[in-house]
Amino acid sequence: MAKGIREIRRSIKSKKDMRQITKAMKMVAAAKLRRNQDKAEAARPYADKIQEVIASIASGNSGSKHPMLQNRPVKKTGYIVITSDRGLAGGYNANILRRVVNTINEKHKSKDEYGIFVIGRKGRDFFSKRNYPLLEEVTGLPASPAFADIKKIAGAAVQMFENEQIDELYLCYNKFQSAISQIPTVKQLLPLEAPESNNARELNYEYEPSSEEVLADLLPKYAETLVYSALLEAKASEEGSRMTAMGSATDNATDMINRLTLSYNRARQAAITQEISEIVAGANAQA
Amino acid sequence: MSKMTVEVVTPERVVYSGQAEMVIARGLQGEIGIMPNHVPLVTPLKTAPVRIKTEGDKEVKMAVSGGFMEVRGDKVTILAETAELPGDIDVERAKAAKERAEKRLAEKYAELDVKRAERALQRAVARLDVAK
Repeated sequence: MAKGIREIRRSIKSKKDMRQITKAMKMVAAAKLRRNQDKAEAARPYADKIQEVIASIASGNSGSKHPMLQNRPVKKTGYIVITSDRGLAGGYNANILRRVVNTINEKHKSKDEYGIFVIGRKGRDFFSKRNYPLLEEVTGLPASPAFADIKKIAGAAVQMFENEQIDELYLCYNKFQSAISQIPTVKQLLPLEAPESNNARELNYEYEPSSEEVLADLLPKYAETLVYSALLEAKASEEGSRMTAMGSATDNATDMINRLTLSYNRARQAAITQEISEIVAGANAQA
Repeated sequence: MSKMTVEVVTPERVVYSGQAEMVIARGLQGEIGIMPNHVPLVTPLKTAPVRIKTEGDKEVKMAVSGGFMEVRGDKVTILAETAELPGDIDVERAKAAKERAEKRLAEKYAELDVKRAERALQRAVARLDVAK
């Protein structure tokens, strides 16, 4: 080992400090992941109920005429891309951004054909640096976002679809599989696919004022709910990804500390041995 | 008197869940009172207080915005973007919001701004009504 004892000792110290930080980040991420999963759980009844009601209206004959349920020729596509505000989350942002860029390159030839709604500072920086057409952005979302936090961007996207400024809308986010596996996903949001209805529980509702109006009121809400649940899932993915990244960083630091400690001890031993042999050589020379 | 189950759900959580004798809400075409065994019904709700009569004279009031109501047999579900019990409401903030909205409406801006101010005003009024 070329390094001196003192350098090795300093290097061990710095790795230990770093390990402490990554360990703390890992534990924070684990706690946040847990909270986000609870939140996603709490959001489910709302989404399920809306879906159920829409399904029962859409299964009736009048439902499917609503513009949000109909495919029309696509002139412009919107993408809602969900990224994080902060880094140190492994491949979280890189994965989803790569996926989005690939999709865009495959489907579009010019920048007039699409627009991006971006959530999260990382994605915003990425797209604005490369001059992608941004339609709307939201950054600085809290770790567990509330529905009101994304109402603006979801509402704007749905509004643009209704005004026919965009003709389809995709939702791009990291789907949460488990703490160690998140899948970058591009999913069609609008036009909505009418949810399948469960015929066994079919009920003849009375709609007030009319089924069309109820549907017109519910569909935008449904779309916004889908964006919100994707956001919650993306947040869970972010924390999961960060937890894994910080976990392996901690492991790597431990490995490095072990190796450095070994070479530190060797160097120390070598120094002692050398000193002894010098003393012995000196004593021999005297005798 | 017979009772039914009432649930108030927002995207974030279940705000209220319990038994009630009657639910009074403001639909698009006016006030609707729902009692047990009502015919199945779906209606959007206006931004307004919802009153849930639990027993006798006792009632729970709630400020609801962006919601709709589903009635099915003996179960009433209210889904709303926001739903607040009196304890959750910040009266000062609601008052400030009301004044702001009234001022904006008095000044008359472009179409969209008026709509927004009107909605804000409705929300503030509903909150104040519930908090009283």
